[in-house]
Amino acid sequence: MKKTNHAFESVIYGVFLVLGLITVGCVLLITVYLIISGIPAIREIGLFKFLFGKTWASTAKTPQFGILPFILTSIYGTAGAIALGVPIGFLTAVYLAKTAPPKVKAVVSAAVSVLAGIPSVVYGLVGMLVLVPGIRSIFHVPDGASLLAAIVVLAVMILPSIVNVSITALEAVPQEYEDASLALGATPTETYFRVSVPAARSGIAAAVVLGVGRAIGEAMAVMMVSGNVANMPSLFQSVRFLTTAVASEMSYSSGLQRQALFSIALVLYLFILLINAALNFFLKRSKET
Amino acid sequence: MSDIITVKDLCLWYGSAQALKDININIPEHAITALIGPSGCGKSTFLKTLNRMNDLIPGVKITGEVRYAGQDIFAPGVDVNMLRKDVGMVFQKPNPFPMSVYDNIAYGPRTHGIKGKAKLDDIVERSLRDAAIWDEIKDRLKKNALGLSGGQQQRLCIARALAVEPQVLLMDEPTSALDPISTGKIEELASALKEKYTIVIVTHNMQQAVRISDYTAFFLLGELVEYGGTEKMFSQPEEKQTEDYITGRFG
Repeated sequence: MKKTNHAFESVIYGVFLVLGLITVGCVLLITVYLIISGIPAIREIGLFKFLFGKTWASTAKTPQFGILPFILTSIYGTAGAIALGVPIGFLTAVYLAKTAPPKVKAVVSAAVSVLAGIPSVVYGLVGMLVLVPGIRSIFHVPDGASLLAAIVVLAVMILPSIVNVSITALEAVPQEYEDASLALGATPTETYFRVSVPAARSGIAAAVVLGVGRAIGEAMAVMMVSGNVANMPSLFQSVRFLTTAVASEMSYSSGLQRQALFSIALVLYLFILLINAALNFFLKRSKET
Repeated sequence: MSDIITVKDLCLWYGSAQALKDININIPEHAITALIGPSGCGKSTFLKTLNRMNDLIPGVKITGEVRYAGQDIFAPGVDVNMLRKDVGMVFQKPNPFPMSVYDNIAYGPRTHGIKGKAKLDDIVERSLRDAAIWDEIKDRLKKNALGLSGGQQQRLCIARALAVEPQVLLMDEPTSALDPISTGKIEELASALKEKYTIVIVTHNMQQAVRISDYTAFFLLGELVEYGGTEKMFSQPEEKQTEDYITGRFG
């Protein structure tokens, strides 16, 4: 009989532990760093003035650091993307999980995977070249680079996560539920929407929250199509998101301006933490039911 | 007693494998007909043909004729949803929806267009009473049905099937996942229900067939070997294979 090598086992155990701790360490490091570097500017500007100030003029003679335009733009942009992307993604998922013929399903699933793998700069580029001029000519506005363009790009970008997570949730619905519904004389469509979808609702909620996380964290693509001016959000106006606010000024910032950018990053980070907590909540609940 | 379901020369294939061979059987109204036979003999497949639940399996081919209340159920133009409303089904594993007790029962009637709350309340109470579970769960109508015991869940499923006022109730080994006490309750219930409904029940348990059924059909390898009054079949079976099976020589 082979003898158990206890020393070897404990070394391996130690290695795994260290590897696991690397991730935790990164999260901690980023959190601590963001808090330390984000607090000073908020202290100096004042929390209320920082969060609810309507003007961002970081390089003016008397600089103003109000990030309400960014916060609202991020919220509106994300909400818009969700409003547009969720119905499409959700219905696609229902179709793929329940009714699509195998061949169609294979093609559409492959397309969804490709969509997920496209780099955001490519989304931005296509948006710039197609969407922005399109919006300009359809709505007769002076410039198509706008909140609307960003919403459309974000909606497309979050589709894959919504479709994939919803499909997983819908496919996990036990066949017995659907059989019971059909055996009562319900049509397949009634069955999908009145039994399968409600049974998968926690998973679908998780899909939506994941989409929110993707949308609010995206920088590159929205920077390229939204015009990047620190206006209060309006559908056809050039806007700036929390993410793009940091990205666009970081390279030349200094002093309080630079510190304020860190504070914006901190705000963004808090949003993401909140979204993650929501995601965990829904995923946990979908496992329980 | 008249026959509510008549089956003529029914054959069924899953792909190239033939699961049912020339089945001829008439199922009388207001009686319990038990389908017995070893695993894989086709009894469940036959049961699921009666409300066309087999339609859902890809690659199924069916020939022959099944008439419910005189109407060929495979004729073009037959509304399969209305057939399933008339010919209800209770499954092997209790499968209440993950919703409240009330919504489980109301699901069928709502599907068929019944909306008023008073009307639904009536249906829920009547169905639960018919399924002999009203007294146990009348205070828990708003609770999730998945919190009930297995036996209660199965009676809830029976109530759910009754709520759409079927004529026939198909039961696919409804007690195989239940303990003896719950099994007893379902058997009692089945015997009470035959006053109003026709019941076809698949069972692995021959004592169960003897206890509750009026007629028994013995299936073997996709064929209907023998069909007749339960008492006679279990005392003086005509076929040697039937005798071997019911005396426990195989199966």
